[in-house]
Amino acid sequence: MVGTAGGLTVRAPVTDLPLVLDQVSLDAGGAKILDRASLTITAGAPTLIVGPNGAGKTSLLRLCMGLLSPSAGAVTWGGRDDRAPVRRAIVFQRPVMLRRSASANVAYALAHAGVPRHARAARVSELLDRVGLAELSERPARRLSGGEQQRLALARALARDPEILLLDEPTANLDTAATRSVEEIVLRAAQGGIKIVMASHDLGQVRRLAGDVVFMLRGSVREQGGAAEFLDHPSTLEARNFLRGDLVF
Amino acid sequence: MADDSSAWQLILAGDPVLLSIVRVSLAVSLSALALASLVGLPLGAMLALLRFPGRGLLVVLLNALMGLPPVVVGLAVYLLLSRSGPLGAFGLLFTPTAMVIAQTIIIIPIIAAPTRQSVEDFWHEYRDELTAMGVGPIGRMMTLLWDARISLFTAVLAGFGRAAAEVGAVMIVGGNIEGFTRTMTTAVVLETSKGNLPLAMGLGIILVALVIAINAVVWTTRTWSERQAG
Amino acid sequence: MVSRLRRFVLIALCGLTLTLSPAFSADRSIVVASTTSTEDSGLFGYLLPLFTAKTGIAVKVIAQGTGQALDTARRGDADVVFVHAKAQEEKFLAEGFGVKRFDVMYNDFVLIGPKADPAGIKGKDIETALKAIKAREAPFISRGDRSGTHTAELALWRQAGIDIEAGKGPWYRAIGQGMGAALNTASALQAYVLSDRGTWISFKNRGDLDVLVEGDKRLFNQYGVMLVNPEKHPTVKKDDGRAFVNWLISPEGQAAIAGYKIDGQQLFFPDAHKKGS
Repeated sequence: MVGTAGGLTVRAPVTDLPLVLDQVSLDAGGAKILDRASLTITAGAPTLIVGPNGAGKTSLLRLCMGLLSPSAGAVTWGGRDDRAPVRRAIVFQRPVMLRRSASANVAYALAHAGVPRHARAARVSELLDRVGLAELSERPARRLSGGEQQRLALARALARDPEILLLDEPTANLDTAATRSVEEIVLRAAQGGIKIVMASHDLGQVRRLAGDVVFMLRGSVREQGGAAEFLDHPSTLEARNFLRGDLVF
Repeated sequence: MADDSSAWQLILAGDPVLLSIVRVSLAVSLSALALASLVGLPLGAMLALLRFPGRGLLVVLLNALMGLPPVVVGLAVYLLLSRSGPLGAFGLLFTPTAMVIAQTIIIIPIIAAPTRQSVEDFWHEYRDELTAMGVGPIGRMMTLLWDARISLFTAVLAGFGRAAAEVGAVMIVGGNIEGFTRTMTTAVVLETSKGNLPLAMGLGIILVALVIAINAVVWTTRTWSERQAG
Repeated sequence: MVSRLRRFVLIALCGLTLTLSPAFSADRSIVVASTTSTEDSGLFGYLLPLFTAKTGIAVKVIAQGTGQALDTARRGDADVVFVHAKAQEEKFLAEGFGVKRFDVMYNDFVLIGPKADPAGIKGKDIETALKAIKAREAPFISRGDRSGTHTAELALWRQAGIDIEAGKGPWYRAIGQGMGAALNTASALQAYVLSDRGTWISFKNRGDLDVLVEGDKRLFNQYGVMLVNPEKHPTVKKDDGRAFVNWLISPEGQAAIAGYKIDGQQLFFPDAHKKGS
């Protein structure tokens, strides 16, 4: 959007929010992975996406990132249907480390986020500090532990200075200590103004981090609302069964 | 080269003819390797990453060209570079340049085909991350080639091995001219045809030793690289 | 890390250019298409340095069979041809590819075979010998490559009244390679083979082979030299090529040819100025 201010033409900053999924379906090989899912994500406290395995959480996140196109329905970012990720970033459940040092991985992310060469070194140090990997900066990234790699993936994502940070069950394979480090980094990012959208299987984690919760089942969004409200008084039967620990289909 | 010296005597004496033969062999094969890598690595990477009609056919063709008979390439290059041929004006026939050209053509598929496979495998692993980081097509190619470098070493070594062992094409386009286009392999052929079998065998052993030495150097580099990168 | 790689690649490329540069330098040189017999006998290794020392012109020899050498010259890829099949050379001249033909030197062919001599040809004349070989179907190696030696061999079969094309069987093996390779094969297969004396004298893998038929005047082997016609191929180095031709037939060149000996034996006999040449 363009407007005038004091005689100068000013372009409004491009934003990816609100992120809107409108009756989005995703078919793959005959199976319906997402079935008319609708969702609106606005700025604010972290949104956690919960549901049993196979509910479509990963696909939903990849759609939000723009890595996939829906078979039906539309995804818009701040009203645009621009799939190229400008101020979005994602952390996968099993992040892929580039075959180089930890700092080189972060520098790579910075380079492809458009940060000029002279500014990169300082930002690399800053990001590695933020995720607690400063001492391991020259270690080959593939030789970091699971938790360390997840934190490095976070540093790479934060290098993009994102407006929205998507995370796909980032602590699913980590031990308690590593889980706590990751949650701390995520919380601090949220406090810094980044919109967190995170899939989780861990209800304790939901309690710790969530502002709102999105409950998915069989490819569609069944419930959406404030975290406390969802956890204590879910409206749907499936949600209640899920929270009780039943296997839900 | 004194006909009745053994190959070892010639090495120890630093025989200039022998040194010239070794120099031509290495210069031609290494140059061809450098050029073929410059073409073959990006070619393999592009074929791995791009999708277009007929791609499958091109992949099959590239794999098949690994078995391209070197003498056929030699003959084709000969006809191209002959004074009576289309590129005759350059006067390249019977020079080391012609040999480099022929060998480059021969080993490009040997480097490109495995590269395509490696890059394709890495792409499956890296696709989401690289797309999420907004990496463009050139960036993807360079990143995948760099990260796959350890398996690419093997492809490059295979190319070098083929170039160093090659005799038919270099004989045809080079002419086996003493002191100019005579390589270790063509010298073996010549000494064999003169009946100097012990000398021919000695030259052959030197060639094998050189190739082993170069492989050892590359292996060391590869191991060091692995340690660096994890 | 990537810049380290870049530096390494640059150094490697510089190194390669340096190693290749002597090979690529543009000295005065000519390309001579010649036969395997002159190369394999070691004559060129002896003769050419003398020429280069005198004139500063490097001579690059492509050793092929006579037929192939003449074809190379027809394509304009050689400046001079130096071969030994007069009929083919005169055809080449008639087609306009050569300037003028000069006799240079001669030697003779010899019929080589296993000492055991299954066809019993030792000491006979060449016609009798060939008839005996065919009758006995004794293994015989032919050059099979349109070389001077091959051309002479075919002519000798004809003179012996044998149509070798029709009459050949598995005993007659045409290998399509040079003289040295033919001798190697004969040695391995205990076979008969026609060779020029020069290559035979310098050949080191004789095994059980020996000279069985020689001295027959039909075994005379004449070598000729021609400058490739610059009117057909303007890129021919006519001045340097002519210098080489002239040197070969000059008293100095002829003396040099006569001076080439192995174990005290002279291999080639200069005859540039014999009567009727």
